[in-house]
Amino acid sequence: MAVEKKLAGYLCTGCGIGERLDTSQLMNIATREGKFPSVKQHAMLCSPAGVKLIQDDIDAGAATHLMIAGCSRRSKVEAFSFRNVAMSRANLREGVIWARPDTPENTETTQEMADDYIRMACAEVKFMTVPTPSGEQELNKNILVVGGGVTGMTAALETAAAGYPVHLVCDEDVLGGVWKDLYKRVPFRAAASDVPNGRDVDLPGPEDPGIADMIERVLANERITVHLNARLSKTSGAPGRFSADIDVQSGPTVTENFGAIVQASDFKPYDANKLPEFAYGKTPNVLTNFELERLAKAANGGPLKRPSDGKVVESVAFIQCAGQRSDKEGHLPYCSGFCYTESIKQAMYFREQNPDCDTTILFDDLRTPGAAGEDFYRCGQQAMVTFTKGKASAVVQNGKGLKVQFKDLILNEATEMDCDLVVLATGQVPNNGPDPYAQLAVDEAESEEEKEAARQKLAVAPPSILNLDYRQGTDLPQLKHGFLDSHFICFPYETRRTGIYAAGPVRRPMDMKQAMEDAVGAAMKAIQAAESAAQGTAVHPRVGDLSYPSFRKEGCTQCKRCTVECPFGAINEDEQRYPVFNESRCRRCGTCMGACPVRVISFENYSIDTVNQQIKAVDIPDEFSEKPRILVLACENDAYPALDMAAQAGIETTPFARVVPVRCLGSVSLSWITDSLNSGFDGIRCRPWKREARGR
Amino acid sequence: MTAVVATNETILVVGGGISGMTAALEAAETGKRVVLVEKRPYLGGRVTQLYKYFPKLCFPTCGLEINQRRAKMNPNLTILTLAEVMGLTGREGDYTATVKLSPRYVNERCTACGDCGTAVEAEFDDDYNYGLGKRKGAYLPYRMAHPARYVLDPAIIGTPDADKAKAACQYDAIDLEMREETVEFRCGAVIWATGWRPYDAAKIQPYGYDRIANVITSVEFERLADPNGPTGGKLIRPSDGKEAKKVAFIQCAGSRDRNHLLHCSRICCMASLKQATYVADAFADDAEINIYYIDLRAIDRFEDFYNKVRANQRIKFIKSKPASIVADKDGNPVVHGVDTEGYNRFAEPHDLVVLAIGMEPSVDKDDFPVSIVINREGFIEAAPENGGVFAAGCASDALDVNRAAQHATGAALRAIQVVNRVARAEV
Ligand SMILES: Cc1cc2nc3c(=O)[nH]c(=O)nc-3n(C[C@H](O)[C@H](O)[C@H](O)COP(=O)(O)OP(=O)(O)OC[C@H]3O[C@@H](n4cnc5c(N)ncnc54)[C@H](O)[C@@H]3O)c2cc1C
Ligand code: SF4
Ligand code: SF4
Ligand code: SF4
Ligand code: SF4
Repeated sequence: MAVEKKLAGYLCTGCGIGERLDTSQLMNIATREGKFPSVKQHAMLCSPAGVKLIQDDIDAGAATHLMIAGCSRRSKVEAFSFRNVAMSRANLREGVIWARPDTPENTETTQEMADDYIRMACAEVKFMTVPTPSGEQELNKNILVVGGGVTGMTAALETAAAGYPVHLVCDEDVLGGVWKDLYKRVPFRAAASDVPNGRDVDLPGPEDPGIADMIERVLANERITVHLNARLSKTSGAPGRFSADIDVQSGPTVTENFGAIVQASDFKPYDANKLPEFAYGKTPNVLTNFELERLAKAANGGPLKRPSDGKVVESVAFIQCAGQRSDKEGHLPYCSGFCYTESIKQAMYFREQNPDCDTTILFDDLRTPGAAGEDFYRCGQQAMVTFTKGKASAVVQNGKGLKVQFKDLILNEATEMDCDLVVLATGQVPNNGPDPYAQLAVDEAESEEEKEAARQKLAVAPPSILNLDYRQGTDLPQLKHGFLDSHFICFPYETRRTGIYAAGPVRRPMDMKQAMEDAVGAAMKAIQAAESAAQGTAVHPRVGDLSYPSFRKEGCTQCKRCTVECPFGAINEDEQRYPVFNESRCRRCGTCMGACPVRVISFENYSIDTVNQQIKAVDIPDEFSEKPRILVLACENDAYPALDMAAQAGIETTPFARVVPVRCLGSVSLSWITDSLNSGFDGIRCRPWKREARGR
Repeated sequence: MTAVVATNETILVVGGGISGMTAALEAAETGKRVVLVEKRPYLGGRVTQLYKYFPKLCFPTCGLEINQRRAKMNPNLTILTLAEVMGLTGREGDYTATVKLSPRYVNERCTACGDCGTAVEAEFDDDYNYGLGKRKGAYLPYRMAHPARYVLDPAIIGTPDADKAKAACQYDAIDLEMREETVEFRCGAVIWATGWRPYDAAKIQPYGYDRIANVITSVEFERLADPNGPTGGKLIRPSDGKEAKKVAFIQCAGSRDRNHLLHCSRICCMASLKQATYVADAFADDAEINIYYIDLRAIDRFEDFYNKVRANQRIKFIKSKPASIVADKDGNPVVHGVDTEGYNRFAEPHDLVVLAIGMEPSVDKDDFPVSIVINREGFIEAAPENGGVFAAGCASDALDVNRAAQHATGAALRAIQVVNRVARAEV
């Protein structure tokens, strides 16, 4: 429905704008140059009366495209939130009068800035259309959870508890995952409030892991469908309309539709064969922490015996950070975080069984954070576990027993200890699929050598978990060390594949309590993605944005830049290699638009034109006026707010800059740069903001 | 009178720090009605007072901007600032909250033009800067404050300054007649996200925080490093304005200590590593940084950051819990203790000592409005006994921002489970 554009301008004279600027000139510019048939002025546009002035025009059908000149687009957002209109805002307050000194010699250049911002805002809004949802989406409340461990089961239970049906896909024949052999778990709580500070009585000790109970609850839950011995052979679609082929071993493949997905594929225990220095594999008396759980579970409260000969263990050494926090080949560079409390718990297994058993934990930094962590450390101290600050270098056989060689970091000398058993505190390796960009690297390699190197990397990659039918690879992108964590500090769940959320140790090393908490958050995001898809609105960070990239197929040269560069893997390719946009996978970042060399991608409210027209609208003084013009493309998340706030603090900016907010520097189109140079700009700056530059 | 529209399908979020904002936004963006109650005049909580975030050394403003934009755009979210929950009655799925609203003396018409601030004269300690600077009696708490509305300090009410402020405002935004109000509304679930406060450093007597000007806390140091802070980002020490090039960081100041906080605050090791980079960046080869620690807790990927910091030759790590700090005649704080690696005694003078202060939960343990499980450290435990009350972020444990946001996202789902049950029961 092509509604006739009704351009309407509104100029606020409040906040000093009226005093500092020649407003009649601004009005003139909007009417004459901007060709706005109606431009109204108000002394306080954000007041209820000002807002009503605008709303009345909208209601009367006299305004569909609004140019509001006053404060920054970041200010008074609530007041100026009109529905079903297109809107641009000329930043005369933060962008002009607050950024310029109020002195007579500056009046002219300040007015020129304001004039230009009016021209730019008029030009911008003319090229906008009113965003409407495409109607492509539907509500699908089903949530797919991949992984049948503690994380996956928790995600399933919590999703179901919110009223959403779940399919749980588990690649083993039983639920429980890596932690199902746990004998006991580290306590979830800190000491209760009535435990006195000075004395540690009744500290929480190792507790039942609760996994059997959890499995029962999953199986009994009528909202949860469990697929055992199952893997995903193909996942396609987008939030609200994912379709997954679930291959069940010795059974038919089932295809189900989903609103969103949680990937909880947990971790793999570190392969201790990479630790020959600790005699792993050479004697059964050197175990990993994971293996010790099995031993303890088998003993089931009975005495723990040395595997080689069944002797009751009288001394045990725990080597912390075994193959971790180390840059040696094959070691894990990171800290898995869970191993200190884990070793304390395991030392307590021995102490409980045999109060004479020597249990020594060789550590460098004891890492038991938080309230529960520190209380559990105290619990271990009470159980008389010995903590020795030392760095183990080797484990050797010593008759029937073992000898641990280590450097005592307190006495600063090399020493050794004898023991019956050694437990290696080994770490978590994320159980992920292949790095999707490793696949792309093969496709996109420029030389044969590159291709071969990429191929080799791919050859050792683990099998796919999601088998996404995406242009950009089969699995979630990885961050560091193979973990699927989010790139953001503030937004832990934002993956680069919309509607698919990682949870638990596949995302970051975690203990069981954290993994369970993490699963709840991921379930939250999955439910939200499904609901947002149904509304046809974008999810984080442009929540509620109804616009989406539209694309003119006629002009497309099938260059594939957009499909490759979309950070969120939102664009597929059809058989003819035309891009296929998946609206609910899209985050409206605009990268595709910036990447397209023939400029056929645009948004209703943000396009090549909306920016180009702003650039062209700037009045370029003649060369000899000594008034250069600098175009500043400012990221809306950091640079633009920083400029506003600098102005608020009275920090001057140059009167020669013209600032255009952009969604993300990735959305910057080369054509903006060339057009601005052609139209006479003397310089261009793309700025993510440097805070240092702001200080006085 | 303020009116709050709410039903037993509404979610109440108490505390508008990064955790409360996250929980509120996640729930609101899933289509739930949310009322967010914040005691301060603005949102963001303690992270607004940080200069940079470990481990990326990026600025908190970026995430805050995104969250504030989400808040401005969301019609499901009602934000009450200068508000505190006084009472909560009822049970899961059917609570009634009583909220006290303190007067701001400035209404929604405020444009943040700043004229009132220019007009008034009296100055007060700036609590946003932990008292390291001054602010006027009509003020915007900090530059990015949301809501972007000025506040009048109650202390100027009834003084000529109040009238000056009112006279200066051209927008009829100042209302000196505003009074404290109490509102009551229903909600189905409650997310408790009241966060933390820095442990009172003066209680750690041997470190002389209350006696030695050049012994400061880590939260204060964040303000010194911030170009928007009281020193414009200059790392200068309080006593004489001398550049603080030789800086000691004392870990576990008030944490992991039977006489103070029992828990490990989890973030202070990382915070000191981060703050060490502030000093190293400012003074390069002239910087001399000593970190006195018991255990360096750089868990998971943070280990990478620790390694990066450790590679800097100007930063030294000494395994020691210092015994005391005394000032020498030039005002230099001298750190006394024993390096446990090798048992060497030391007495090391510095320009400035930063106490890596612990995080104390701001949960009112003795007077919580409903019966819930709180541990002896004062954090809220997840427990079925808590009914429809769920902790988020640092109200549940000492957490960094990432873990706080993660935890808060989960809390949002727990609250949604309750209100969805209510909704299903009512159809
Ligand atoms: C020195 C230092 C440096 C740090 N640096 C980093 C860092 O670099 N990176 C990082 O990840 N983390 C860092 N942290 C940790 C970070 O500050 C916390 O993770 C974060 O503040 C937690 O947010 P929160 O919302 O849980 O709590 P808060 O920020 O404390 O927010 C709680 C909010 O609740 C409000 N409130 C309290 N009581 C009530 C009540 N009764 N009613 C209504 N409202 C109430 C408060 O006013 C506040 O706004 C640092 C901490 C310290 C001490
Ligand atoms: S806040 Fe904006 S709209 Fe309101 S008076 Fe100031 S400039 Fe005008
Ligand atoms: S705007 Fe383009 S690049 Fe960005 S997510 Fe959407 S499709 Fe991908
Ligand atoms: S209260 Fe009035 S004078 Fe003060 S900042 Fe707000 S609008 Fe300006
Ligand atoms: S994080 Fe580090 S400084 Fe803070 S309490 Fe824990 S061990 Fe001490």
